[in-house]
Amino acid sequence: MTKRQNRMTLVALLVFGVSLAGYFGIKAFNENLLYFFTPTDVLEGKAPKGKSFRIGGLVQPGSIIRDDLLVFFTLTDNKKTIEIHFEGILPDLFREGQGIVATGSLSDENVFLATEVLAKHDENYMPPEVAEALQNSSTKE
Amino acid sequence: MWKWIQKLASPKVFYETTNKLIPWFFWPFIVLIIIGLYWGLVLAPADYQQGESFRIIYIHVPSAWMSMFVYFIMAMAGGIGLIWQIKMAEVVAKVSAPIGATFTLIALSTGAIWGKPMWGTWWVWDARLTSELILLFLYLAYISLNNAFDNPKTAAKASSILAIVGLVNLPIIHYSVKWWNTLHQGSIFNDISNPSMHPDMLWPLLIMVFAFQFLYGVLALVNARDEVLVREQNSRWVRTVVMGE
Repeated sequence: MTKRQNRMTLVALLVFGVSLAGYFGIKAFNENLLYFFTPTDVLEGKAPKGKSFRIGGLVQPGSIIRDDLLVFFTLTDNKKTIEIHFEGILPDLFREGQGIVATGSLSDENVFLATEVLAKHDENYMPPEVAEALQNSSTKE
Repeated sequence: MWKWIQKLASPKVFYETTNKLIPWFFWPFIVLIIIGLYWGLVLAPADYQQGESFRIIYIHVPSAWMSMFVYFIMAMAGGIGLIWQIKMAEVVAKVSAPIGATFTLIALSTGAIWGKPMWGTWWVWDARLTSELILLFLYLAYISLNNAFDNPKTAAKASSILAIVGLVNLPIIHYSVKWWNTLHQGSIFNDISNPSMHPDMLWPLLIMVFAFQFLYGVLALVNARDEVLVREQNSRWVRTVVMGE
């Protein structure tokens, strides 16, 4: 092997080794890298008990009850739902059907007591007219 | 082609070529950035959910894209320098690092400014934001390592190895929004043939990406040109260039 081929092999080995290490690292920390649990995860007992965690899903339309700064609403992942109780200021994007991520813990009655609510928006960007047209065509069907 | 590349490895030819190329990157950048900014910030419609605030995307996405693109170029040039021992590749890698670090910083700060009104927070430790922050640290580590040695050859060797090791972070950043639940939204190009952004908004975004691409070209060429002069300061051709004919 020439010196150059030698170096090429070493660099290739380096890339291979690092990718392998990265793969196992990601595999090992997979759970920790999840930013939030879904309502289904939580009801299946996958979320940590007695500890603070994050839950993400959509705000069920028609479920929001406000009383000053107190808010109650239902969070859904279109399979299971969880009641959420929050007191504080909500982000501007908080509305029915909106994706949100809440931090807090689960009470004994399976009500999620949130200490923080963040809005999660999706990657769909369109002008308001287009969104309206889409909405109309989907309600007609 | 191969001959031309070999010629480019000579500092003098490299210097002359970069010098000639600069206007070919500078003017497209100027034209594209003016069109892109005007189209994106003025002509493009407001978003149905986020209103006018979404327009920060026209800075955020191009700089985030460039933060990864520049890193890729830097690692590739570093690898070429390691294997073929081409000094000019080391120059390209070295001058790319501060540019890439700046793009990363812009991506992170515009993201924070965007996150506060939309998500309700400046920062969260989700997979996308954290891996992008790690990219910034990789750039900073590369820059410090490159400056830690007196001998440019040793410096290039050590920092290139670091750059190649850090390559593993790029797919993690890109796929973080797919592999894990994150607060950060997914990619517009999740389905490449059917982008999830309206064309009226997408075109200026693509133009801005190209503008940033040319901006990197200009900055890298100017800095590489200067770096070559410094490295070759003892050769006769540099003296002719600096002192005049």
